[in-house]
Amino acid sequence: MNLPLVGAPHDRLDGPAKVTGRATYAADFSPAGLVHAVMVTSEIGNGRIVRIDDAETRRQDGVLAVLTHENARRMHPEGHGFAFALMLLQDDRIRYDRQPIAVVVAESFEQATYAASLLRTTYESEPPITRIEDSADRYTPEEIFDEPADVTRGNPDRAFAGAPVQFKATYSTPVEHHNPIEPSATIAEWEGERLTVHDSTQGVTNARKRLATVFGIPVSNVRVISPFLGGGFGCKGAVWSHVALAAMAARAVGRPVKLVLTRPQMFGSIGYRPRTIQSIALGADRDGRLSCIMHDVLSQTSTFDEFVEPSALVTKMLYAAKNVRTTHTLARVNAATPTFMRAPGEATGSFALESAMDELAYAVDIDPIELRLRNYAERDQSENKPFSSKSLRECYRIGAEKFGWSERDPKPRSMRNGRMLVGMGMATATYPTNRAAASAVVRMNEDGSVVVRSGTQDLGTGSYTVYAQVAAETLDIPIERVRLELGDTDLPPAPLSAGSMTAASVGSAVYEAASALRERLRKGEKAPIEARADAKPQEHERYSKHAFGAQFVRVEVDPDLGEVRVRRMVGAFAAGRILNAKTARSQYLGGMLWGIGMALHEVTRFDERTARIVTANLADYLVPVHADAPDMEAYIVEEEDPHVNPIGVKGIGEIGITGVAAAIANAVYHATGIRVRDLPIACEKLLR
Amino acid sequence: MKPFRYARARDPQEAVQMVAVDAAASFVAGGTTVLDLMKDDVERPSLLVDINGVAGRAIVRAGDEIAIAALARMSDVADDPEIAKHAPMVANALLQSASPQLRNMASIGGNLMQRTRCSYFRDIVAPCNKRRRGDGCSAIGGENRRHAIFGGSESCICVHASDLAVALAAADATIHTNGPGGTRAIQVSDFYLLPRDTPNVETALHHAELISSVTLSLDPALANSTYVKVRDRAQYEFALVSVAAGMEIVGGTIRAARIALGGVAPIPWRVPEAEAALVGRPATAASYREAAEIALAGARGCGGNDFKVALAANAVVRALEQIGSAA
Ligand SMILES: Cc1cc2nc3c(=O)[nH]c(=O)nc-3n(C[C@H](O)[C@H](O)[C@H](O)COP(=O)(O)OP(=O)(O)OC[C@H]3O[C@@H](n4cnc5c(N)ncnc54)[C@H](O)[C@@H]3O)c2cc1C
Ligand code: SF4
Repeated sequence: MNLPLVGAPHDRLDGPAKVTGRATYAADFSPAGLVHAVMVTSEIGNGRIVRIDDAETRRQDGVLAVLTHENARRMHPEGHGFAFALMLLQDDRIRYDRQPIAVVVAESFEQATYAASLLRTTYESEPPITRIEDSADRYTPEEIFDEPADVTRGNPDRAFAGAPVQFKATYSTPVEHHNPIEPSATIAEWEGERLTVHDSTQGVTNARKRLATVFGIPVSNVRVISPFLGGGFGCKGAVWSHVALAAMAARAVGRPVKLVLTRPQMFGSIGYRPRTIQSIALGADRDGRLSCIMHDVLSQTSTFDEFVEPSALVTKMLYAAKNVRTTHTLARVNAATPTFMRAPGEATGSFALESAMDELAYAVDIDPIELRLRNYAERDQSENKPFSSKSLRECYRIGAEKFGWSERDPKPRSMRNGRMLVGMGMATATYPTNRAAASAVVRMNEDGSVVVRSGTQDLGTGSYTVYAQVAAETLDIPIERVRLELGDTDLPPAPLSAGSMTAASVGSAVYEAASALRERLRKGEKAPIEARADAKPQEHERYSKHAFGAQFVRVEVDPDLGEVRVRRMVGAFAAGRILNAKTARSQYLGGMLWGIGMALHEVTRFDERTARIVTANLADYLVPVHADAPDMEAYIVEEEDPHVNPIGVKGIGEIGITGVAAAIANAVYHATGIRVRDLPIACEKLLR
Repeated sequence: MKPFRYARARDPQEAVQMVAVDAAASFVAGGTTVLDLMKDDVERPSLLVDINGVAGRAIVRAGDEIAIAALARMSDVADDPEIAKHAPMVANALLQSASPQLRNMASIGGNLMQRTRCSYFRDIVAPCNKRRRGDGCSAIGGENRRHAIFGGSESCICVHASDLAVALAAADATIHTNGPGGTRAIQVSDFYLLPRDTPNVETALHHAELISSVTLSLDPALANSTYVKVRDRAQYEFALVSVAAGMEIVGGTIRAARIALGGVAPIPWRVPEAEAALVGRPATAASYREAAEIALAGARGCGGNDFKVALAANAVVRALEQIGSAA
């Protein structure tokens, strides 16, 4: 293995193109004859369309087509698994707020926008249910990520009843929306029965298959291109309705069509983090040793499809306990289908579990790090397997030292900075290491330059750069000699950029292809020469594979105004081999920063009378701004893992946000003596 | 967005005339509010008359008065040394408004004419009496965390969005206008109108009447002043609650006081009883707390915003403490 344990902090290869505007994002292409589509979305959250009056719309200059349920072609929008059900104008039913109900196509964007605003829709409304508390339509999903929804080991109820220390509490997290800076965009173009799509997608290979199904055409007839993304965080993982609608519009007008979602539409049909209500019960002895953990999760899904927020998966393995029960229940509400959002399950679940651990630490009067060490899981008890590697102790130690945890006086309200109450909190971070089949081709040209080709995509995380590094280091050539071709289904297939698995999956493929090429060169073959690898995960895993970390936070709380400001954050993470120290650090810091938003700012509010989202813009849906960013440090804890995959990397894209909301809530409790179990921690929850 | 015409005016008279002849015409200065409202289809002017060329951006001190041209940018005023010295609450209010980029674009006149940030007002799907009288108010019985605890009516409970207006209300500023009927000088206290049953009428300004300047009369209570703004994130957010406050303190005794609240009412909310209660009292925490309680007497939440009553009282105390210790 030529790869260093911590890769060089190489600058992003695509950085100059991005900052000079030369990077072409999905909406930046202009095929000849391009026209513009605007999606019209529903004004109510539950009911049906009585009538759409498009007379005025059709009369406008430049209008080429108006698609509604009355004239749209029959499609195949049914959902299955993570290919979520689409709303493709197939009926008059309104299932959620901002559901697509029409598409207006015109020569110019302005014409389409104005014409769309003239569409008059009459509805028949039915009273909606927006809160999971109010939904009687509840059920246990059949499975979550191929695992059962409810899992028990030992006898948790009996263990709890017999525990000297019993702790129980309920935590809740709100609906949150991804809001990447780049809105979802699609350009669709037909040539006979062949469809080419420029799409801001986290998975060209996946999008290609889904579009083929939706249109009932062979997969080979579809090409999906996505060279650059302005973030996705999960909302560009699945194919959503607008992508197919753009292609339907292109077919209707016989010209290439561009459709870009507006910011309010980014709160519509592209998924979101569902609301959760999580009950935690911990049974322990007086020294804080856990005998039992119970974690029961209620989360929302739509009335017509299923997404489970797997909040309790983390609880199965994070701490050593003989008796553990985790359950997941879904409640149907009148809202769109939720989806993956950065660390789905771990972000919400760790808020509940890691808050509860802090509460237990106070109940037994033990330092929260010490409590976690006393319950350290040496192996994964849920799978009864050893960890491929686990350096969590190091993460606690390094994080605590860099942060200055020893300065903390554990008594609530004991620390001040002038008038401000100071609080310090910590929590564990963790994220599973996933991997999927991926292919890559590495080619060396006659002049010694190298091209790496794979149908993966760079979300903005640095894929272009790290695969160039893997190829350069494996072939022992300067990185400047390597060129990447990504984001096109004409390239060898690769998985969704999701689940923090891209580096493990595609990185392994690039490494294997480059190694094969090196081997052949060594044997005397000459360039031009090309090697392909189809890398697959093992079928039977002998190890449980997870990345771990520790989050430390210092907050200041205004005792009279309830304002919480995060002043310092330290994260220490062990995630196997790090391909590039700089892009890795950016992933960690970005995740931690988003954790501030999750803890303090983000909440999608619904009008319960209409199921309409009232915060569908970035003035009402708050995310952290620069002034909210504290002093932040992310430490890479070195870890060599020979088992996890050929290049020894674990995922780093999502772990950064896990634990942060709990660490902040724990710090707020330390500062104020007030325990907030319902996110976000808004000022009214701290006013006494 | 509805297609519209755009024209540049060369002087105030021309601007007024161009708008006067078209009931659906509007002025545009920095455009940071009017364009947003147009994109959301909340406002649909037929003609935008650009007033950026009609007058200067000057901020002029003459004796005990500072005159601020309506086209001065928020950043011009925030950075002006005379304002910072003689009316710090005005500078503070601006520096805590919007973002640097917006402040560089946005004019003082436009700031005073900005519309409420009530989410229902900006979502044309929701019934809203301010957009169309008689449609109903979605905020009553709906999402109203950011709404009014004072001055609302059966027809509207929105809050006024401008931070500057709160400081100008506390400062007893005068707004000078130039309209089809000549020039006028309007006190800020007379400029903003309570919604009553006409929430669509927000100010005393007539159609085509142009704000030309704002004047401040300097006094010691304005010179010793501050602006406290409470919000969910550190910057770039409208106030949950804000307080503009100034005091003249001589020998530990309060001689004069100015207090106005923001984020609590459809207009900047001056609290004269609380001001009166401070005069003649010692500059102590007890006096501030008493004044805060008087200021909030009669406040009433509508569900989501009940917390604002206690929060605003604490913010009043905080503002008075800041200038109490500074004096
Ligand atoms: C994201 C965002 C955040 C913001 N945050 C804050 C904040 O925290 N605090 C705050 O106070 N404000 C905030 N604002 C509002 C901002 O201050 C206003 O948008 C700005 O001041 C408007 O000035 P303008 O010159 O751009 O107005 P324009 O958009 O040009 O005009 C606004 C209105 O005023 C009228 N008008 C303009 N000039 C005159 C004049 N001289 N006479 C008569 N009528 C006139 C126009 O016809 C129009 O109706 C925010 C705005 C945005 C977009
Ligand atoms: S509070 Fe006022 S602005 Fe908001 S919905 Fe009601 S009437 Fe409209």
